[in-house]
Amino acid sequence: MPEAASFDYWILAFSAITVIVTIWMGFRSAKTSKSASDFFVAGRSVSVGWNASAISGEYLSAASFMGIAGMVMLSGYDALWYPVCYACGYLFLLLFIAGPLRRFGAYTIPDFAEGRYDSPVFRKIAVCFVLFIGFFYTMPQMKGAGTTLAYIFPGLPYWVGVAVVGAVITLNVALGGMKGITLVQAVQYWIKMFAISVPVFVLLSVYGGYGKNLSLNQSASDVASPPAIVQTVEPGTPQRLALPEKAPSDESWIAPFGPLTTKAATAAGLSAEESKPLSLLYTFSLIVALVCGTAGLPHILVRFYTNPDGVAAKKTTMWVMILIGVFYVFPPIFGVLGRNFLPELYAATGSKGPDKVVLELPILIREKYGILGSILSGITCAGAFAAFMSTFSGLLVSMTSALAHDVYGRMLRPQSTPAQRMAMFKWCAILIGGVSVILGALVEPLEINFMVGQAFAIAAASYFPLLFMSVWWRGMTMTGAATGMLTGGLCALFSATLVNASTLALDKGPMGKLFSGFSGMNDFWKEHPLLRILAEQPAIWSVPLAIGLMIVVSKATKKTVPENIRMKMLVLHAPEKLGLKQEYIEEQQGMGH
Amino acid sequence: MSHQNPDHDDFIHSEEFLHHLMRRQLRLSIACAAAFLILLFGLPLANYFAPELMALRVGGFTLTWLILGVLFFPFVWIIARIFITRSMALEEAEVLLAAEGNAKRKA
Repeated sequence: MPEAASFDYWILAFSAITVIVTIWMGFRSAKTSKSASDFFVAGRSVSVGWNASAISGEYLSAASFMGIAGMVMLSGYDALWYPVCYACGYLFLLLFIAGPLRRFGAYTIPDFAEGRYDSPVFRKIAVCFVLFIGFFYTMPQMKGAGTTLAYIFPGLPYWVGVAVVGAVITLNVALGGMKGITLVQAVQYWIKMFAISVPVFVLLSVYGGYGKNLSLNQSASDVASPPAIVQTVEPGTPQRLALPEKAPSDESWIAPFGPLTTKAATAAGLSAEESKPLSLLYTFSLIVALVCGTAGLPHILVRFYTNPDGVAAKKTTMWVMILIGVFYVFPPIFGVLGRNFLPELYAATGSKGPDKVVLELPILIREKYGILGSILSGITCAGAFAAFMSTFSGLLVSMTSALAHDVYGRMLRPQSTPAQRMAMFKWCAILIGGVSVILGALVEPLEINFMVGQAFAIAAASYFPLLFMSVWWRGMTMTGAATGMLTGGLCALFSATLVNASTLALDKGPMGKLFSGFSGMNDFWKEHPLLRILAEQPAIWSVPLAIGLMIVVSKATKKTVPENIRMKMLVLHAPEKLGLKQEYIEEQQGMGH
Repeated sequence: MSHQNPDHDDFIHSEEFLHHLMRRQLRLSIACAAAFLILLFGLPLANYFAPELMALRVGGFTLTWLILGVLFFPFVWIIARIFITRSMALEEAEVLLAAEGNAKRKA
């Protein structure tokens, strides 16, 4: 690739415009957000259309924009579970959690935890997970940033990209707060949608349809009885390029239970028959993590409080599902085309590997259509910027709110003035942004999408059981909720970290040296493929563990069920028209707050 | 403190109403979730037990790729749409029921 070394002004121009527009909007709206309430939940006055676009904009991260395409290219069919479950997790949120939580009315999950159990102590415990999940989720965003900048400026070290993007977004959040973010997020959804769909339509018109490109990959049953379709490739369509050795074979790529889910079993030297049940287990565990995890993401739930009422919250969820569902059809197409026409990415690793297929694929049509290729690549780069900037901003706001609003405002200095809290918000943003950059610089060898999956697994084992059980079971006690959430969440966190550390130990670059202490783990994984799968995808045991503990411990501490539990359950479940919420607030205040 | 608990023994605040409320809501949610989970967990099982059927070619796609990569999304929208319509109707009915119940108790 001779072009790779040169520097493309079109790509730079599109990316620069995205960044400048984002910052400009942030600064502009910073002027209009003055009160503390504006800062934290955008004054709770956002319409359904804006809010749905904003939630979608925040949710479609670097994993969705770049990671899915990279993972489909690398692993084939199995990777499709990611986009599907990212979108469908919202259904679970809608069915079981969105309505009741909105009726209860609180700024954040820690607010809910405190209100539901009348316990400021529980709030402190719950706040930890905003930070745990948040940091796990920012790492892949930072990798997206480093990968994109290394693509735009060939030769730029990965960590410089991470540091530059981290600094820009942190500054933006510190100055704008969430009011700015709502508008920015909404606009960024539409940038991402445009940036993923337009290049796909152009590429498909050049290289033939989605199905036609898939049919170039023969499955095992195609080989057994060659169907006519494979031979009907028109003479005008470019033939696909030869695959390098590192690429998975056609049969394992296009069929279920391919390289992603059989990795542990293959490493252990198991036969195809022996590894299939393990693959099924892997798939189920992944599904549980992604579907339950969506409901437990701290930066998504907070937006349900920005709806004017419960009906609007439900309508918003419906629109979010449509907006993100349409989006998620596109990234796998990049993966399929990448396998056929950009196979050299299989040979590369880190920020030069398949995670950049979305950015690089449009360049291929430059030979035929000249500048159009550069423009399209510029558009996908702009989309990538929108992706990691919006999700990182959203996470930064949630994590900073947790630190400024909870840790500082309620624990350290309850008597602080609103002005002091506003100042603290800015300092906390800078602190968290700094830590995120350091973590992001460490994870270059890990796949973007894989890391996001882990963040979901931790959310699924901590916040999801907490929310689900607190909403639907009146017998829950604070002790039960805390025990289940902490045990499930920390187990998932620990096993995900262990898997990451042992994967980083395999890296041939500097990270391999840094994490070399964990290389012994890899021998252990080879001996015990089942344990490896359970550690890599912990949701299938950690979610039931958390829920089980909640039930057992709550039964044991039955006496501590909050006294006014019937009233609390009524507020959670009764239609808002009955006005129970107002009554409940008055009672709480009457009790001497 | 005097204005609270004035009529906390009315129907809206009763155990009966809460039970009724939660049971109906949960039943709706579980029915929708079941429709979703059957497809979600059924597809890997179909891949496992009927790999040849799932590998059939439909316009170049394998059947299972077509279901997971494209058709799954509209299916979920339909479930969401049904849930939202039903749950709004449910809320309306509950408001009516609460008013009726309160009137009955007072009478």
